[in-house]
Amino acid sequence: MVFGNLNERRHFKRLQADEEALSHIKVYNLKSVPPSLAADLEDGGTLVTGNVVIAIDYFKRVIATIKMLIGGRLGSYESLVERARREAVIRMQKHAASIGATEIYNARIEFSVIGQQPKISGAELMAYGTAVKSRARLKSSSV
Amino acid sequence: MSDFILSNLETVPGREITAYKGLVQGNTVRAKHVGRDIMAGLKNIVGGELRGYTELLEDARREATSRMIDAAREKGANAVVNVRFSTSAITAGASELYVYGTAVIVS
Repeated sequence: MVFGNLNERRHFKRLQADEEALSHIKVYNLKSVPPSLAADLEDGGTLVTGNVVIAIDYFKRVIATIKMLIGGRLGSYESLVERARREAVIRMQKHAASIGATEIYNARIEFSVIGQQPKISGAELMAYGTAVKSRARLKSSSV
Repeated sequence: MSDFILSNLETVPGREITAYKGLVQGNTVRAKHVGRDIMAGLKNIVGGELRGYTELLEDARREATSRMIDAAREKGANAVVNVRFSTSAITAGASELYVYGTAVIVS
C-alpha cells in the first residue's frame, strides 16, 4: 500500500511535467475543424493514438470490495482511472508531436476491460484523434 | 502507409472528398501471452502499468488498421474518414480489436 501510494504520487508528478511540456499540442474534441481556423491548417490529417493498460492492484481491490458493501466514493479507483486517462492523452500528444503536428481534433477517449480472470485484471484506456498542422503556430514555434 | 490518409474527422482538412466508397473495416482477435500473464499477475499485486499488454494491444490495433487500409485500397480509396476503434472481450483472456471507417477518395 505504501509502495502504491508512493508510485501514485510519483506518477502524478510526472503527468504534470509531461502535460506542461506538451501544452503546445492543443487537444479538442470538436467533431470538425471550426471554419474560422480551417484556413490556417496545412492540408491533410493523421490519425494519432495513445494507449495504456493498467493493473488494479490487490490492496485497492480489497478496499474497494469492502467499500462496495456500504457504497460511496471509491477514491482508490478514481485516481487510478484518472492517471491512466491522462497518460493515454499524453501518449497521443507525443505521437502528434513526433509527426510535427500542432493540434488534435475529435479526440476521443475509450475505456475497455481486458482479461477478466479473477487474478489478472486490467483496464485499457485509449485516446485517439486527428492531428493537424496549423501554419501560424508552426511559424511562431520555429522563430 | 504514408500516402494513405486516416482521419477520425468527417472530412480531411484542406482536401475535398470526391467519392464515397462505403464502410471498410478491419479486425483481429488476440489472446494473451502466458509469459506476459505472469508479469501481469505480479503487477496486479503492486499496481501500475501492464506494459506488455499496452504493447500487445497497440500491435493488434495496428494490424486491424492495416487490414482496414487494405480493404479501402481494394475499393480504390486513398483515405478513410470518421475512423472509430472498438474493443470487445470475447472470452476471458481474448479480446477483439475492431476498427472501421468510411473509405473515400480525396483530391
